[in-house]
Amino acid sequence: MSEVLFFIAGIGAVCGAIGVVMVRNPFYAVLALVFHLLSLAALFLLLQAQFVAAAQVVVYAGAVMVLYVFVVAYVGGAEPPRLRAPVGRGQRAAAVVFGLALFVELAIAVLGSGLKAISTDGPTVGAGFGSPAQIGELLLTKFLLPFEVASFLLLIAAVGAVVLARRRGGIGEDAEAIAVTDFARPLNTGTMAEAVGRRSPGERVGITGGER
Amino acid sequence: MSVDWYLVVSALVFAVGAIGVLTRRNPLVILLCLELMLNAANIALIAFARMWGNAEGQIFAIIVMVVAACEVCIGLGLVVAIFRRRLPIDVDEIRELHG
Repeated sequence: MSEVLFFIAGIGAVCGAIGVVMVRNPFYAVLALVFHLLSLAALFLLLQAQFVAAAQVVVYAGAVMVLYVFVVAYVGGAEPPRLRAPVGRGQRAAAVVFGLALFVELAIAVLGSGLKAISTDGPTVGAGFGSPAQIGELLLTKFLLPFEVASFLLLIAAVGAVVLARRRGGIGEDAEAIAVTDFARPLNTGTMAEAVGRRSPGERVGITGGER
Repeated sequence: MSVDWYLVVSALVFAVGAIGVLTRRNPLVILLCLELMLNAANIALIAFARMWGNAEGQIFAIIVMVVAACEVCIGLGLVVAIFRRRLPIDVDEIRELHG
Protein backbone atom coordinates (compact mmCIF):
# COMPACT_ATOMS: atom_id res chain seq x y z
CA MET A 1 0.00 0.00 0.00
CA SER A 2 2.71 2.43 0.91
CA GLU A 3 4.58 1.57 -2.31
CA VAL A 4 1.57 2.49 -4.42
CA LEU A 5 1.07 5.73 -2.54
CA PHE A 6 4.75 6.53 -2.81
CA PHE A 7 4.80 6.09 -6.57
CA ILE A 8 1.62 8.12 -7.06
CA ALA A 9 2.92 10.97 -4.89
CA GLY A 10 6.46 10.78 -6.23
CA ILE A 11 5.38 10.85 -9.87
CA GLY A 12 3.01 13.70 -9.02
CA ALA A 13 5.82 15.66 -7.37
CA VAL A 14 8.21 15.17 -10.28
CA CYS A 15 5.54 15.96 -12.89
CA GLY A 16 4.57 19.09 -10.97
CA ALA A 17 8.20 20.18 -10.90
CA ILE A 18 8.62 19.59 -14.63
CA GLY A 19 5.39 21.50 -15.21
CA VAL A 20 6.73 24.50 -13.28
CA VAL A 21 9.78 24.58 -15.52
CA MET A 22 8.12 23.84 -18.86
CA VAL A 23 4.86 25.82 -18.81
CA ARG A 24 5.14 29.23 -20.44
CA ASN A 25 2.37 31.03 -18.58
CA PRO A 26 3.49 31.90 -15.02
CA PHE A 27 -0.06 31.43 -13.72
CA TYR A 28 -0.10 27.79 -14.78
CA ALA A 29 3.40 27.44 -13.37
CA VAL A 30 2.05 28.51 -9.98
CA LEU A 31 -0.78 25.97 -10.25
CA ALA A 32 1.74 23.26 -11.15
CA LEU A 33 3.74 24.21 -8.07
CA VAL A 34 0.60 23.86 -5.92
CA PHE A 35 0.14 20.34 -7.31
CA HIS A 36 3.79 19.61 -6.60
CA LEU A 37 3.46 20.84 -3.02
CA LEU A 38 0.37 18.73 -2.37
CA SER A 39 2.16 15.64 -3.69
CA LEU A 40 5.08 16.51 -1.46
CA ALA A 41 2.77 16.70 1.55
CA ALA A 42 1.66 13.14 0.74
CA LEU A 43 5.31 12.08 0.67
CA PHE A 44 5.84 13.72 4.05
CA LEU A 45 2.89 11.81 5.44
CA LEU A 46 4.40 8.56 4.16
CA LEU A 47 7.58 9.48 6.06
CA GLN A 48 5.51 10.01 9.25
CA ALA A 49 6.01 13.76 9.36
CA GLN A 50 2.41 14.68 10.02
CA PHE A 51 3.00 18.16 11.35
CA VAL A 52 5.32 19.14 8.52
CA ALA A 53 2.82 17.81 6.00
CA ALA A 54 0.02 19.88 7.53
CA ALA A 55 2.24 22.96 7.64
CA GLN A 56 3.20 22.34 4.03
CA VAL A 57 -0.43 22.31 2.94
CA VAL A 58 -1.55 25.24 5.07
CA VAL A 59 1.45 27.56 4.84
CA TYR A 60 2.94 26.69 1.48
CA ALA A 61 0.15 25.50 -0.75
CA GLY A 62 -2.25 27.88 0.98
CA ALA A 63 -0.69 31.17 2.00
CA VAL A 64 2.49 31.48 -0.05
CA MET A 65 0.84 30.35 -3.25
CA VAL A 66 -1.99 32.86 -2.77
CA LEU A 67 0.70 35.54 -2.57
CA TYR A 68 2.16 34.23 -5.82
CA VAL A 69 -1.21 34.21 -7.56
CA PHE A 70 -1.85 37.80 -6.48
CA VAL A 71 1.51 39.00 -7.78
CA VAL A 72 1.13 37.11 -11.06
CA ALA A 73 -2.31 38.64 -11.52
CA TYR A 74 -0.91 42.09 -10.71
CA VAL A 75 2.20 41.93 -12.85
CA GLY A 76 0.53 40.19 -15.75
CA GLY A 77 0.62 36.69 -17.00
CA ALA A 78 2.42 35.56 -20.07
CA GLU A 79 6.00 36.33 -20.93
CA PRO A 80 6.25 39.17 -23.41
CA PRO A 81 7.19 38.30 -26.97
CA ARG A 82 10.87 38.45 -27.50
CA LEU A 83 12.01 41.73 -28.99
CA ARG A 84 15.52 40.55 -29.54
CA ALA A 85 17.25 37.27 -30.01
CA PRO A 86 16.63 34.86 -27.16
CA VAL A 87 19.41 33.84 -24.88
CA GLY A 88 20.27 31.06 -27.22
CA ARG A 89 19.71 27.41 -27.65
CA GLY A 90 23.19 26.82 -26.35
CA GLN A 91 22.40 27.99 -22.85
CA ARG A 92 19.25 25.89 -22.68
CA ALA A 93 21.05 22.75 -23.79
CA ALA A 94 23.89 23.47 -21.42
CA ALA A 95 21.42 23.93 -18.57
CA VAL A 96 19.74 20.60 -19.29
CA VAL A 97 23.11 18.85 -19.43
CA PHE A 98 24.09 20.55 -16.18
CA GLY A 99 20.85 19.48 -14.51
CA LEU A 100 21.21 15.87 -15.61
CA ALA A 101 24.82 15.84 -14.40
CA LEU A 102 23.64 17.26 -11.08
CA PHE A 103 21.01 14.54 -10.74
CA VAL A 104 23.50 11.78 -11.52
CA GLU A 105 25.99 13.26 -9.09
CA LEU A 106 23.45 13.58 -6.31
CA ALA A 107 22.18 10.06 -6.90
CA ILE A 108 25.72 8.67 -6.77
CA ALA A 109 26.48 10.70 -3.66
CA VAL A 110 23.34 9.51 -1.88
CA LEU A 111 23.15 5.90 -3.00
CA GLY A 112 26.88 5.30 -2.91
CA SER A 113 27.28 6.60 0.59
CA GLY A 114 28.32 4.23 3.31
CA LEU A 115 25.07 4.61 5.20
CA LYS A 116 23.86 1.12 5.96
CA ALA A 117 20.32 2.12 6.87
CA ILE A 118 19.66 4.00 3.64
CA SER A 119 18.04 1.05 1.90
CA THR A 120 15.81 0.17 4.83
CA ASP A 121 12.52 1.58 5.91
CA GLY A 122 14.09 3.12 8.97
CA PRO A 123 13.51 2.03 12.54
CA THR A 124 10.01 1.46 13.79
CA VAL A 125 8.81 4.55 15.54
CA GLY A 126 5.84 5.17 17.75
CA ALA A 127 2.65 6.87 16.71
CA GLY A 128 3.86 10.10 18.30
CA PHE A 129 6.74 10.48 15.84
CA GLY A 130 6.45 13.79 14.02
CA SER A 131 3.30 14.73 15.88
CA PRO A 132 2.62 18.37 16.75
CA ALA A 133 3.35 17.56 20.39
CA GLN A 134 6.82 16.27 19.66
CA ILE A 135 7.66 19.05 17.20
CA GLY A 136 6.40 21.69 19.59
CA GLU A 137 8.38 20.25 22.47
CA LEU A 138 11.55 20.22 20.38
CA LEU A 139 10.95 23.76 19.12
CA LEU A 140 10.50 25.12 22.62
CA THR A 141 13.31 23.23 24.33
CA LYS A 142 16.23 22.16 22.20
CA PHE A 143 15.63 24.44 19.24
CA LEU A 144 14.41 27.53 21.04
CA LEU A 145 17.11 29.80 19.58
CA PRO A 146 16.44 28.82 15.93
CA PHE A 147 12.73 29.29 16.63
CA GLU A 148 13.23 32.85 17.90
CA VAL A 149 15.67 33.68 15.11
CA ALA A 150 13.12 32.43 12.58
CA SER A 151 10.47 34.68 14.07
CA PHE A 152 12.82 37.68 13.78
CA LEU A 153 13.59 36.69 10.21
CA LEU A 154 9.88 36.66 9.38
CA LEU A 155 9.44 40.09 10.94
CA ILE A 156 12.36 41.52 8.98
CA ALA A 157 11.06 39.97 5.75
CA ALA A 158 7.59 41.46 6.31
CA VAL A 159 9.04 44.92 6.93
CA GLY A 160 11.34 44.54 3.93
CA ALA A 161 8.50 43.56 1.63
CA VAL A 162 6.47 46.59 2.72
CA VAL A 163 9.45 48.89 2.17
CA LEU A 164 10.22 47.38 -1.24
CA ALA A 165 6.71 47.38 -2.61
CA ARG A 166 5.44 50.68 -1.28
CA ARG A 167 4.32 53.39 -3.67
CA ARG A 168 7.09 55.94 -4.03
CA GLY A 169 8.99 58.06 -6.46
CA GLY A 170 12.47 57.26 -7.52
CA ILE A 171 15.58 59.25 -6.82
CA GLY A 172 15.17 62.80 -8.12
CA GLU A 173 11.39 62.66 -8.14
CA ASP A 174 9.59 64.17 -5.24
CA ALA A 175 9.17 61.39 -2.78
CA GLU A 176 5.91 61.50 -0.94
CA ALA A 177 6.82 61.52 2.70
CA ILE A 178 4.41 61.03 5.55
CA ALA A 179 5.19 62.72 8.82
CA VAL A 180 3.80 61.85 12.19
CA THR A 181 2.32 65.34 12.51
CA ASP A 182 0.03 64.63 9.55
CA PHE A 183 -1.90 62.33 11.81
CA ALA A 184 -1.96 64.67 14.80
CA ARG A 185 -5.40 66.05 15.60
CA PRO A 186 -6.51 68.94 17.74
CA LEU A 187 -6.44 68.46 21.44
CA ASN A 188 -9.15 66.29 22.96
CA THR A 189 -10.46 65.16 19.58
CA GLY A 190 -12.27 61.89 19.84
CA THR A 191 -12.56 61.98 23.60
CA MET A 192 -15.54 62.08 25.87
CA ALA A 193 -14.79 65.74 26.57
CA GLU A 194 -15.47 66.52 22.94
CA ALA A 195 -18.64 64.47 23.00
CA VAL A 196 -20.09 66.59 25.76
CA GLY A 197 -19.01 69.71 23.99
CA ARG A 198 -15.95 70.57 26.03
CA ARG A 199 -13.01 70.81 23.68
CA SER A 200 -10.38 71.87 26.14
CA PRO A 201 -10.45 72.65 29.84
CA GLY A 202 -12.28 75.89 30.43
CA GLU A 203 -13.86 76.14 27.01
CA ARG A 204 -17.43 75.22 26.17
CA VAL A 205 -18.64 74.74 22.68
CA GLY A 206 -22.33 74.53 22.37
CA ILE A 207 -23.71 72.57 19.47
CA THR A 208 -26.84 74.64 19.29
CA GLY A 209 -25.08 77.81 20.24
CA GLY A 210 -27.43 78.23 23.19
CA GLU A 211 -24.90 80.01 25.33
CA ARG A 212 -25.02 83.34 23.65
CA MET B 1 9.32 2.29 0.82
CA SER B 2 12.95 2.43 1.71
CA VAL B 3 14.57 5.78 2.30
CA ASP B 4 16.72 5.85 -0.82
CA TRP B 5 13.68 6.12 -3.09
CA TYR B 6 12.74 9.37 -1.38
CA LEU B 7 16.29 10.62 -1.81
CA VAL B 8 16.17 9.85 -5.53
CA VAL B 9 12.93 11.83 -5.83
CA SER B 10 14.63 14.65 -3.94
CA ALA B 11 17.63 14.63 -6.31
CA LEU B 12 15.31 14.62 -9.34
CA VAL B 13 13.26 17.57 -8.10
CA PHE B 14 16.43 19.46 -7.22
CA ALA B 15 17.86 18.93 -10.71
CA VAL B 16 14.60 20.03 -12.35
CA GLY B 17 14.59 23.16 -10.21
CA ALA B 18 18.19 23.92 -11.14
CA ILE B 19 17.37 23.56 -14.84
CA GLY B 20 14.46 25.95 -14.36
CA VAL B 21 16.60 28.56 -12.61
CA LEU B 22 19.12 28.39 -15.43
CA THR B 23 16.73 28.48 -18.38
CA ARG B 24 13.76 30.66 -17.43
CA ARG B 25 13.91 34.44 -17.72
CA ASN B 26 10.86 35.55 -15.76
CA PRO B 27 11.89 36.35 -12.17
CA LEU B 28 8.56 35.00 -10.90
CA VAL B 29 9.24 31.61 -12.45
CA ILE B 30 12.82 31.68 -11.20
CA LEU B 31 11.45 32.15 -7.68
CA LEU B 32 9.12 29.19 -8.24
CA CYS B 33 12.08 27.08 -9.30
CA LEU B 34 13.98 28.15 -6.19
CA GLU B 35 11.02 26.88 -4.19
CA LEU B 36 11.37 23.55 -5.99
CA MET B 37 15.01 23.30 -4.94
CA LEU B 38 14.22 24.16 -1.31
CA ASN B 39 11.45 21.57 -1.28
CA ALA B 40 13.82 18.95 -2.65
CA ALA B 41 16.08 19.68 0.31
CA ASN B 42 13.05 19.32 2.58
CA ILE B 43 12.26 15.84 1.27
CA ALA B 44 15.85 14.78 1.88
CA LEU B 45 15.82 16.22 5.42
CA ILE B 46 12.60 14.45 6.33
CA ALA B 47 13.73 11.19 4.73
CA PHE B 48 16.92 11.27 6.79
CA ALA B 49 14.91 12.11 9.90
CA ARG B 50 12.85 8.99 9.24
CA MET B 51 15.99 6.97 8.62
CA TRP B 52 17.44 7.88 12.00
CA GLY B 53 14.10 7.70 13.76
CA ASN B 54 14.75 11.18 15.12
CA ALA B 55 12.34 14.06 14.70
CA GLU B 56 15.02 16.74 14.86
CA GLY B 57 15.44 16.67 11.11
CA GLN B 58 11.82 17.75 10.78
CA ILE B 59 12.68 20.92 12.72
CA PHE B 60 15.26 21.64 10.03
CA ALA B 61 12.56 21.24 7.39
CA ILE B 62 10.27 23.66 9.22
CA ILE B 63 13.05 26.25 9.46
CA VAL B 64 13.70 25.81 5.74
CA MET B 65 10.01 26.50 5.11
CA VAL B 66 10.24 29.71 7.16
CA VAL B 67 13.28 30.86 5.20
CA ALA B 68 11.53 30.03 1.94
CA ALA B 69 8.51 32.11 2.98
CA CYS B 70 10.82 35.07 3.74
CA GLU B 71 12.56 34.66 0.41
CA VAL B 72 9.25 34.61 -1.45
CA CYS B 73 8.14 37.70 0.44
CA ILE B 74 11.24 39.71 -0.50
CA GLY B 75 11.38 38.33 -4.04
CA LEU B 76 7.79 39.21 -4.80
CA GLY B 77 8.34 42.65 -3.28
CA LEU B 78 11.22 43.15 -5.70
CA VAL B 79 9.09 41.98 -8.64
CA VAL B 80 6.34 44.42 -7.69
CA ALA B 81 8.90 47.24 -7.34
CA ILE B 82 10.32 46.39 -10.79
CA PHE B 83 6.81 46.43 -12.25
CA ARG B 84 6.06 49.81 -10.66
CA ARG B 85 9.15 51.27 -12.31
CA ARG B 86 7.84 50.12 -15.71
CA LEU B 87 10.94 48.02 -16.19
CA PRO B 88 10.72 44.77 -18.15
CA ILE B 89 10.07 41.71 -16.02
CA ASP B 90 13.03 39.87 -17.45
CA VAL B 91 16.24 38.94 -15.74
CA ASP B 92 18.23 39.45 -18.91
CA GLU B 93 17.16 43.08 -19.09
CA ILE B 94 17.68 43.90 -15.43
CA ARG B 95 21.38 43.53 -14.97
CA GLU B 96 22.49 46.91 -13.72
CA LEU B 97 22.46 48.06 -10.14
CA HIS B 98 21.42 51.55 -11.04
CA GLY B 99 19.44 53.47 -8.45
